[in-house]
Amino acid sequence: MDELTGLSDDALIDRLQRGAFSYLTEFANDDNGLVADTSREGSPASIAVVGFALSCYPVAVKNGWMSRAAAATQTLKTLRFFWNSPQSDQPDATGYKGFYYHFLHMKTGRRVWQCELSLVDTTLLLAGVLMAGRYFDGGGDEPEIRELADAIYRRVDWQWAQNNGQTVAQGWKPECGFLHYGWEGYNEATILYILGAGSPTHALPPDSFTGWTVTYQFENLLGQDVLYSGPLFTHLFSHAWIDFRGIQDEFMRSSRKDYFQNTRNSIALHREYGARNPRGYEGYDQNLWGITAGEGPGNDELRESYRDRRFFGYTSRGVPYGPDDGTISPWAMLATLPFDAGPAIAGTRRLLEIYPQVCTKDRFSSGFNPTFRKGGSEWLSEGWFGLDQGLLVLMIENYRSGFVWEIMRSCPVIRTGLKRAGFKGGWL
Amino acid sequence: MAVTGPAPPKPDTLDQEDLLRRVRPANWQNPEPKPRYDLAIIGGGPAGLVAARTAIRLGLSVALIEKYRLGGGSLDTGSIPSKTIIRTARVYATTHRAQEFGAPVSTELPADFLKITTRMRGIRARIAEYHSAERLRTLGIDVFFGDARFASADALAVGDKRIAFRKALIATGALPSVPSIPGLEEVGYRTSRSIFELTAFPKRLAVIGGGPLGCEAAQAFCRLGAHVTIVQNEPKFLPHEERDASQLLSFALARDGVDTRLNTTVVRVREEGGSKILDTSNYDAKDSIAADEILLSIGSIANTVGLDPEVAGIATNPAVGVVVDDFLRTTNPRVYAAGDVCMSHKFTNVAEASGRMAVQNAFAGRRRRASRMTIPWCTYCDPEIAHVGMHVWDAGERSIPIKSYTVMMQDVDRAITDGQDDGFVKIHVKAGTDRILGATIVASRASEMINEISVAMSVGIGMRELAEVLHTYPAQSDAIRLAALAYVQDRPVSWLRRTWGRLRA
Repeated sequence: MDELTGLSDDALIDRLQRGAFSYLTEFANDDNGLVADTSREGSPASIAVVGFALSCYPVAVKNGWMSRAAAATQTLKTLRFFWNSPQSDQPDATGYKGFYYHFLHMKTGRRVWQCELSLVDTTLLLAGVLMAGRYFDGGGDEPEIRELADAIYRRVDWQWAQNNGQTVAQGWKPECGFLHYGWEGYNEATILYILGAGSPTHALPPDSFTGWTVTYQFENLLGQDVLYSGPLFTHLFSHAWIDFRGIQDEFMRSSRKDYFQNTRNSIALHREYGARNPRGYEGYDQNLWGITAGEGPGNDELRESYRDRRFFGYTSRGVPYGPDDGTISPWAMLATLPFDAGPAIAGTRRLLEIYPQVCTKDRFSSGFNPTFRKGGSEWLSEGWFGLDQGLLVLMIENYRSGFVWEIMRSCPVIRTGLKRAGFKGGWL
Repeated sequence: MAVTGPAPPKPDTLDQEDLLRRVRPANWQNPEPKPRYDLAIIGGGPAGLVAARTAIRLGLSVALIEKYRLGGGSLDTGSIPSKTIIRTARVYATTHRAQEFGAPVSTELPADFLKITTRMRGIRARIAEYHSAERLRTLGIDVFFGDARFASADALAVGDKRIAFRKALIATGALPSVPSIPGLEEVGYRTSRSIFELTAFPKRLAVIGGGPLGCEAAQAFCRLGAHVTIVQNEPKFLPHEERDASQLLSFALARDGVDTRLNTTVVRVREEGGSKILDTSNYDAKDSIAADEILLSIGSIANTVGLDPEVAGIATNPAVGVVVDDFLRTTNPRVYAAGDVCMSHKFTNVAEASGRMAVQNAFAGRRRRASRMTIPWCTYCDPEIAHVGMHVWDAGERSIPIKSYTVMMQDVDRAITDGQDDGFVKIHVKAGTDRILGATIVASRASEMINEISVAMSVGIGMRELAEVLHTYPAQSDAIRLAALAYVQDRPVSWLRRTWGRLRA
């Protein structure tokens, strides 16, 4: 890995962006456009990863990694699949009410694992669908791309997902109906409410977004003012598509901040937490951080000389309230590039210098825990996860050129949704 | 109610006798009622006892009628016994961690429950002295033991005696709620009223309900060596607390070894091979839990059993109990209510405060509003979870902009030296001002720390002044000063402005 750390900043970032993108083509099914959730044998597709992939094809065209025709072909296959696949309340459908199941069989495209119809993951898929609809503005395959993107988005019944409430349910299963995980406070769902509000067919009412923001906590934590949310990814996902610089909703107007600034502050909070390292984990530093949702070493306990340590499997980790078991996500620091490039690059370099094993084939692993050692080596998540790779491609591109933000700023659905959710100012 | 295990040995008879001698004397002779009392109080729990003492101080004649034991649920089955057991559980938890502190102590599990409950009974008997019938009689209170019911709008009947009153106070408390879970009655369960009367320690305990009582009991029994499963039908424990507090509690319960089941409903209970089996459902996932004892802790409902309030024109309602206005007056203008029977916050401190308030409103010409009370409360898990004033969502619903200043206990020196660095102090401030609207504290002794915030709120001390108050160092409560300091440091502009103002003056 000396090879990577020897590169200039720009060259390093280019390499890692390209490495991340290559996951999306390597683990795609070229028949239906589905992309595997992880690189592991038998992994199903994740609709969120498909959403990232759809958003990344234009980036690949722009950077010369893919021809526009090839990108359009792959995009069209994907959209045709999502438009034509079965939508019903049958337990093995692909979706229902315009939403989609979180995980789909790579070949058949049917629901697997008795998983939930997922609102957030459908939203991430739709972000990619809408991006494709904006980017492919030419002839050939491209008019059909625009039609399908519009149709898929219009079909989504956001009002149904309110389940007669003000805010939306988080999921649904044919076996038991709506799922409520008790969302309270800020998280990654901003883009969900914006896409929901922007719908010309089944728009969420304006009070739906405020019904959620009323649970926000504006907090001074470790010296940083943040609209609090623990896991780092929650401060990133909506920002992969939407340029929140200078636009404000009611909450941010009253706090005299914006969501972009809030992510910056949250990054500072994560770094400060890394520096304090209250639980004494290996590796943590002001320049080595990245606590978020992801895989971990698994349920285990290590009893050391002065403190009990418990480890977790796949879970949502957060700062500063926890849980924190010493697991960091190696991709996370680089994904913060557009917000604060200095620490993002410094942290990524430090990580690659000390623990080069976290990056193979120019792709970051999903999780890493240097405190948890078994058999002499630090725990490292196996293979790669599609979400991490897709997010990195988009965030690096936004840092470099603002390309994704620019496309989405012109997307009528996004503009309408933002306005209906009370956003004003800046580029709006 | 089924009790497993061998026949219960006799409790420590001396302590039990001491308790009863004080709160339910066997040879008690009810006094001959006066023609009319200024105040008749039904229920000798925290609300009734405080009301009686307040009334006596005002020079009123007082009749106090208690059905069971003076001191009420708080002394008999609630706060006092549970805190006693929780203390022992903390000792076990500390010795379990002894090596961390360089102290090689180990503790055998499961605990000797009989010894623990004996200690509990002794403590209960000791505290009972403050509420003894004899002491009340000495104060001039006419204490009646028996069932009271309304005979008319201005009189009660206790047995064959008629107690006429100018004013009356209903302070009959609450009873544990029981849900209609198929099979539960047949299989048997315990509630807060009976769980600490266990004589055989349960190897496996299933707790239904993740509110304060359920969480406290789950953690305590787990620490004493039981395998505990807690089933909560909502996405978080302590639904009335904020997310971060509930989440820390979830971690703490899991760390101690409690099997936690959120979003889970008990659909059926049955007996199988000597075990109580709880069939559960978490959305589409079905599971079963095997237990020796079931603790039901899904809240409580106002107790108006046998009271015949309608005879006196007193409205009740299944959701809230006795209906009162903001001055604690019932729909009968002579009759007030206080404590768990009418208050939504069913805590001993609220019962006492409302008991006092009702008497002051009824006799002293005061017009104090129940809604104006600043109520601190605490769930006595480890760490403790305490709250006072507004939550973020309360402020949001009233469109009050709010900002919170948080200090993590892991950044507080004394919490680190104590090895008790889980938790936080979070103070909610009205945005743009330094006025404290509420606070949540999660800390080893949050129940003590929250009172500092209550004092500040009650007398109107803001964050700026609080930051100037010297605290002992090191102390866990210094976290409160640090949060106030974060506020001051967050507002350099106004500080500069003030200094500039002073210089110009």
